[in-house]
Amino acid sequence: MPDLKAALAFLLPWEFSPPALILCVGAVLFYVRGLRRVPAAEHPGFGRRLAFFSGWALIYFVLQTHWDYLSQHMFFIHRIQHLVLHHLGPFLVVLAQPLPVLARGLPAGVVDRVLRPFWRNAVTRFVYGVLQNWAVAPVLFVGLIFFWLTPSIHFDAMLNARLYLVMNWSMLIDGMLFWALMLDPRSRHEGALIGYGPRIFLLLLTSLPQIFLGAAIGLARHELYDVYSVCGRAWPMSPLEDQSLGGLITWIPAGMMHLLGVLVLLGRWMHSDQGSTKPGALPAVSLNA
Amino acid sequence: MPQRLKLLFAALAACAALAACTHKEHWHTDNIDGLMPKLDLNMTDDAGQPVTGATYRGKTVLLYFGYTNCPDVCPTTLAKLAQALKDTKNHGAGTQVLFVTVDPKRDTLSRMHEYVHAFGPWFVGLRGTHDELRALTKRYRVTYSYAKPDKDGNYEVTHSTAVFVFDGTGRSKLLILPRDSAKAIAADLDQLASR
Repeated sequence: MPDLKAALAFLLPWEFSPPALILCVGAVLFYVRGLRRVPAAEHPGFGRRLAFFSGWALIYFVLQTHWDYLSQHMFFIHRIQHLVLHHLGPFLVVLAQPLPVLARGLPAGVVDRVLRPFWRNAVTRFVYGVLQNWAVAPVLFVGLIFFWLTPSIHFDAMLNARLYLVMNWSMLIDGMLFWALMLDPRSRHEGALIGYGPRIFLLLLTSLPQIFLGAAIGLARHELYDVYSVCGRAWPMSPLEDQSLGGLITWIPAGMMHLLGVLVLLGRWMHSDQGSTKPGALPAVSLNA
Repeated sequence: MPQRLKLLFAALAACAALAACTHKEHWHTDNIDGLMPKLDLNMTDDAGQPVTGATYRGKTVLLYFGYTNCPDVCPTTLAKLAQALKDTKNHGAGTQVLFVTVDPKRDTLSRMHEYVHAFGPWFVGLRGTHDELRALTKRYRVTYSYAKPDKDGNYEVTHSTAVFVFDGTGRSKLLILPRDSAKAIAADLDQLASR
């Protein structure tokens, strides 16, 4: 029984964040509401629904449980947190192509009066266009990883509560943007911002600096991120062991996610070449319509 | 006209140089000015008195987490701080070192009292309940954990190695790390006291 109690205590937020709670719970609730309203023919398959729910569950877990406490005091746990926020979570959510379902789940007034005008706003279009530019998005994606892993910046982010929040939110938002751009189910002529081929190239290209950085951290023989020694570790572990493990996580699973993305794109590309894409099943059109 | 322009540039350059000089602060230890929350805590000091952050306003406060059974890091750090305080212009007056135990189970108040006073009059031992300690460590984003006890029941505690320095208003100013020398610490404390 004490084990159960400890497990439940672990699931409580370490630092309660209303925006994180509203975002994760809101996404799931409106999605469920949308599923009830979508006609059976347009119902997403089990895989897509599972991807959506598990993506948000993972994001919630790393942000709003004691996993966040461990992330503040163990480098390798922090790397797993960022793997979820920047790669795995957004990857799964985007893979689910949830926009048509979400658009039906959200109150019509919100969609018509808030989301559509916001989406059509010239400033939004401009900012989105810049962020999702084929040259800007990959640089931003890799640049953020390097930025927050710069030892002096990492040190301050781990000490300052506000900077820490900025770090985690920037990873999540950028992860959503990047994977939405990369895993867009449409081909170039169907409206995607970048074609399948260039996207595959960009996915492979952006994995290289991450592999390099992960390997450099994992194989370093001196302590790069001393903030964990300074603030104390969540359990006794040598600094270099922690750091090597963190480097490996930055290196291998992150690289794997990019390869997985390439496989998804190859599958879609072949599929679209066979000309069997159903125009009615296209997502992301709901907000444009 | 060019002559006047030159003069203007010279004046601007002089201003910039002056500004750079007056604002330049050189610290030997890590500058964490305002990066961490204001000094606040709820604990009991080694004399048995309840204390809060307000108790120490007006003094430069050095906050350190450790435990009296600590084999190496804590005594080394506290000895270094004692040396640094001795080396300051005021010989430590106006400064308070708060040694917070992360092992309240073994560190009783009397034990804390005996331990910290070996380092000098500016040292105070603080002990809190589990919740008070958690609140304080969470506030300063540090943690501690207990290793498995050996056959005699002795255990080591991993904890933060840093010393947080606050000015008289309770604002976070400096972070002293194990690599900083007593001389460097003394110089920074003097600079902090002179402002």
